[in-house]
Amino acid sequence: MKQFAALFARVDESTKTTVKVAALAAYLSHAPVDDRLWAIGLFTGRRPKRAITTTKLRVWAAEVAGLQDWLFDESYHVVGDLAETISLVLPPPADVVEHSLTHWILWLKHLGTLDEDARKAGILAAWDSLEPDQRFLFNKLLTGGFRVGVSAKLMTRALAKSTGQDEATLTHKLMGKWTPDTTTWAALIEANDPTADLSRPYPFYLAHGVDDPTDLGAPADWHAERKWDGIRGQYILRSGTHHLWSRGEDLMTDRFPELSALADYLPDGTVIDGEILAFTDETPLSFNALQKRIGRKTVPKKILAEAPVILMAYDVLEHQGHDIRQQPFDARRTILRDLLGRVPTTAPIRLSPEVPFGDWDTLRTARAQSRAHNAEGLMIKRRASPYLAGRKRGDWWKWKVDPLTVDAVLIYAQAGHGRRANLFTDYTFAVWDGDVLTPFTKAYSGLTDAEFGQVTAWVRKNTTQKFGPVRQVTPHHVFEIAFEGIQASPRHKSGVALRFPRMLRWRKDKPLSEANTLADLRDLLDMYG
Amino acid sequence: MPVLGFTDRGIYCAAGDFYIDPWLPVPRALITHGHADHAYPDMGSYLATTAAAPVMQHRLGADARIDTMNYGETRQIGDATVSFYPAGHVPGSAQIRVCVNGEIWVASGDYKTVDDGLSEPFEPVTCHAFITESTFGLPVFRWTAQDVLAQELNTWWAANVAAGRPSVLGAYALGKAQRLMRTVNPDIGPILTVTAIENTNQVLRTQGITLPDTVRITEDVSAKTHPGALIIATPGSTSQHWARRFPQASSAFASGWMAMRGVRRRRGADRGFIVSDHADWDGLNMAVKATGAERVFVTHGYTAQFARHLCDQGYDAQVVATNYAGDDVEGAE
Repeated sequence: MKQFAALFARVDESTKTTVKVAALAAYLSHAPVDDRLWAIGLFTGRRPKRAITTTKLRVWAAEVAGLQDWLFDESYHVVGDLAETISLVLPPPADVVEHSLTHWILWLKHLGTLDEDARKAGILAAWDSLEPDQRFLFNKLLTGGFRVGVSAKLMTRALAKSTGQDEATLTHKLMGKWTPDTTTWAALIEANDPTADLSRPYPFYLAHGVDDPTDLGAPADWHAERKWDGIRGQYILRSGTHHLWSRGEDLMTDRFPELSALADYLPDGTVIDGEILAFTDETPLSFNALQKRIGRKTVPKKILAEAPVILMAYDVLEHQGHDIRQQPFDARRTILRDLLGRVPTTAPIRLSPEVPFGDWDTLRTARAQSRAHNAEGLMIKRRASPYLAGRKRGDWWKWKVDPLTVDAVLIYAQAGHGRRANLFTDYTFAVWDGDVLTPFTKAYSGLTDAEFGQVTAWVRKNTTQKFGPVRQVTPHHVFEIAFEGIQASPRHKSGVALRFPRMLRWRKDKPLSEANTLADLRDLLDMYG
Repeated sequence: MPVLGFTDRGIYCAAGDFYIDPWLPVPRALITHGHADHAYPDMGSYLATTAAAPVMQHRLGADARIDTMNYGETRQIGDATVSFYPAGHVPGSAQIRVCVNGEIWVASGDYKTVDDGLSEPFEPVTCHAFITESTFGLPVFRWTAQDVLAQELNTWWAANVAAGRPSVLGAYALGKAQRLMRTVNPDIGPILTVTAIENTNQVLRTQGITLPDTVRITEDVSAKTHPGALIIATPGSTSQHWARRFPQASSAFASGWMAMRGVRRRRGADRGFIVSDHADWDGLNMAVKATGAERVFVTHGYTAQFARHLCDQGYDAQVVATNYAGDDVEGAE
């Protein structure tokens, strides 16, 4: 695993994309073929099944390191990563041995078949045989959360460099539900037909944000539609079987059973890009309704009745078994309209309606009505555009509504962990309820590193009370909090819960007294909840 | 009346009517070392070790009245007997031993227990009560051995030389910078320094500390005039103008915080070397044990965790509030 650890170190430590890609490409050209496949799998979120619970790992590591459980947990809290914490607290290895990445992964699989005593003995022996950097990666394999600073995009670029294949083709090949166990380097990378795997989705095309579309040119060249506030999904119907993929490459087929009905109406060899929306009486419900279904593997009848979903279709990528992504958007949309024209209105699918406009000001007016449609804004697509892979600038734009905002007072701060260890980055904010400050949201993002540094120094000097890791601070600083939505919440003292709250601005110019009130929040709830 | 008390100005000795490392102006200040969070300006008078005084004078200005003592000497101040012992933190750094009526307290300022090849090595001082830092008071902090560190630094520098890249290493002006320049192999290439570091170098050389040859970065020093250079720079200075004369540089940062991957990534350097002038977890525990003290006061860093751990070990340990910053993760001294 030495080679893989060296690759990981280079990729992890460097901030330069060129260095990362070069290191990955070198690995993908020279490492043993099995290890290459696993490296791609790990960097794209495919990991071996977890053989041990993290609770057991914590207990065993604390035991080996001779630490009380509370001290191990405190360390974990600061480091923010269990695999790393374990690798740091363990004593140095007594007996170092070298095995390949694939060896360790197969070893882990075998471990899953043993009883607990044997698992423990195995893990302890492994810890004692690995250098700390390899131990960290070994723990990453154990805990399953293999998230590192390599995007699928970077991985694909490196793979393109080492194989000479086109990036878009490789992106497509790497999509879907393959694992290094179920395929080979030859079948996945070297074979030529990416649709051989019937469930394999196409890479999603993602838009960049635009602040003012006026500069895009003649309105006639552009198509506009709502940017629906649901879950982006790709519906695949091939050989009589359907699959539903999320943008994050999660297979969601079973989570939205109503969409299986579409297989009765759509022809085989169809792939549609759309938005899954909770939808009743020809109206999209707010995201809150859909939220109840997120994270559920199966759906009870009650929720199915309360929040039935449809696929709001944006685009068609495969028609009659052919990849039509290179056709212009307008042509694809015509095909999509024809396809859906043959589907009865009782079926859970709709064509995302066009928002017609003759000039950009008309579109601006339409955008202002987004919230009334439970939409996040508008999508603006070039009529002549092909369906590209990934986030590409130029042809597709999202023009989101401005977020809702309130001015709020910082009242509690907590240190972050991982990248933010030792910085106070996790804040609780309050609004006025009479002369009392009532907490209503937390926010963690939106400030620059320099600003977090300033707040941290200030928090250290203005702490009035400590509750474990949480510091109560003197109410003094006002921040403008931006959020995408608001809903009633009996679980919160303020009675509201926000969606995607973040700090938009540090309002150093605002005195405490000018922060918003709970009544202001209730007004927002009435308007947008 | 305890030998030392903790006030809103600093650590106070009533028997001798003096403060140790005060952060607000007082008539008489005993100083453990010259870092800015321990040696504040505007004290009526200062008392420090002979080796610490030159840098303090340089930083506090010519008007500061600094009296000195050698390590191990004793002096009577009121009813207190004081003496200074090496803390191993930076050149001249001291633990201050205070004895009143046979009861001994030691204020250790900042310290480390390993010999860095530059500072006077840490000496444990037997006492009844020990005041300790805990900047790195968690078991995840364990430092790279000095010889391994040297090898890592040299390998990184030599690889950059081979690739035609300058090497920029971030480190604090007093202590860490000099320690690093004495650790690396000067045969690999020229060592350049930014002004804040070179000024400190001059002071230390004048007092007799040997440092390798270094070149101050001025307007006419660049990657062209000094190919293969190792540039030792203060953490805040790497975005300054001079950096543009060293394009394509590989950047590295040397700090105890580099033990944590998250912090390494946040700093955004190409390399992180795990090296600190503070004690690591094992160092802190060994230091406390070696004093034989029953009572321990924890002043800064992971105070709550370290104090609780000491209580678990049977010590009478508690956290006290001070203004000491230790080794701030964001790079302040």
